[in-house]
Amino acid sequence: MKPLRLTLAAILLASGSAQAVEFKQFLAEQSTLQFVSRQMGVPVDGHFRKFAATLAFDPTRPAAATAKLELDLASVDAGSLDADGEVVGKPWFNVKAYPTATFVSSAIRPLGGDQYELTGKLTIKGKTQQVSAPFTFRQAGGNGVFDGTFVLKRLDFALGDGIWSDLSTVANDVQIRFHIVAAAAAGGK
Amino acid sequence: MSETRYTYPAMALHWLMAVLLIGLFGLGLYMSDLPLSPDKLKLYSWHKWAGVSAFLLVLLRLAWRVGHPPPALPAVMPRWQKLAAHGVHHLAYLLMVAIPLSGWLMSSAKGFQTVYFGVVPLPDLLSKDKPLGELLESVHGFLNYGLAALVVAHVAAALKHQLLDRDDLLARMLPLRRNR
Repeated sequence: MKPLRLTLAAILLASGSAQAVEFKQFLAEQSTLQFVSRQMGVPVDGHFRKFAATLAFDPTRPAAATAKLELDLASVDAGSLDADGEVVGKPWFNVKAYPTATFVSSAIRPLGGDQYELTGKLTIKGKTQQVSAPFTFRQAGGNGVFDGTFVLKRLDFALGDGIWSDLSTVANDVQIRFHIVAAAAAGGK
Repeated sequence: MSETRYTYPAMALHWLMAVLLIGLFGLGLYMSDLPLSPDKLKLYSWHKWAGVSAFLLVLLRLAWRVGHPPPALPAVMPRWQKLAAHGVHHLAYLLMVAIPLSGWLMSSAKGFQTVYFGVVPLPDLLSKDKPLGELLESVHGFLNYGLAALVVAHVAAALKHQLLDRDDLLARMLPLRRNR
């Protein structure tokens, strides 16, 4: 019995290390960063056209993984031309003073199966908040695919100052959905 | 003697929709030129809710009309006037159905779902498509100017009958007047 278990363990370890692939190379073309705001109770889709991620994720060692994201706020598509013009202005992103939003991970925790939890610091408009987002990881065509979602409270980042701070027209909750695709870096360790 | 006036529900629907449609038209003109603000978002929502209401009311009105045909026009009225009156009414009904539909389609194409009173989501009949949304916006506006022209003709004809012909045709649509 004991030798069998050891053998099984050895096989698992061996296969595990054989599969150990680290996903590091961000594929911008295949990745998306979307958000859903609620205006007068109606969900409105938006997305960012330009963002870049720097990541290192080995599914066999998730705790060692890191992720960093840089987002060009002026590349926003807020759902309409009207909104695109408004949201880059002073009451919202104020892209002249704060062109970039960043996220830097502090911990990635496996939740079982293909589920993980990402925690880190999100900085928008000079304001930094800790955020957590559950995400799933799967491999597709040799690439790693990360899909996650979390809810951001826009007023935590002073998004929508002045007249826009009225939450009955544009809700405080903004749902963020990320779909990050990364290619494997050469060879497992 | 045949009935010479519209039924009370038909009158109620006519006057209610008259107020609603004139309000919708004015609001639509006003709101579309506003710079983006929370008030603009509110006005757009109200316009959509009122528009959905107008759509439901015109369906109710058509259903009522099927069961309760309008009173015949006076026998002395010239044939061309009768034809013109019927033409204007039929076209107005067509537009009263088409205009809210075009608004609904335009909202869908622009990516803003219509949620009736912020509670009942209407299905998006089109997926988001910005150029199509802009085209439908033009269609919505064009149809509205068409209906506005019909309303002007309708009111002018009613006034002409009342003030020039003095045939009291307007009484057909006035709930507080006695039958002649």
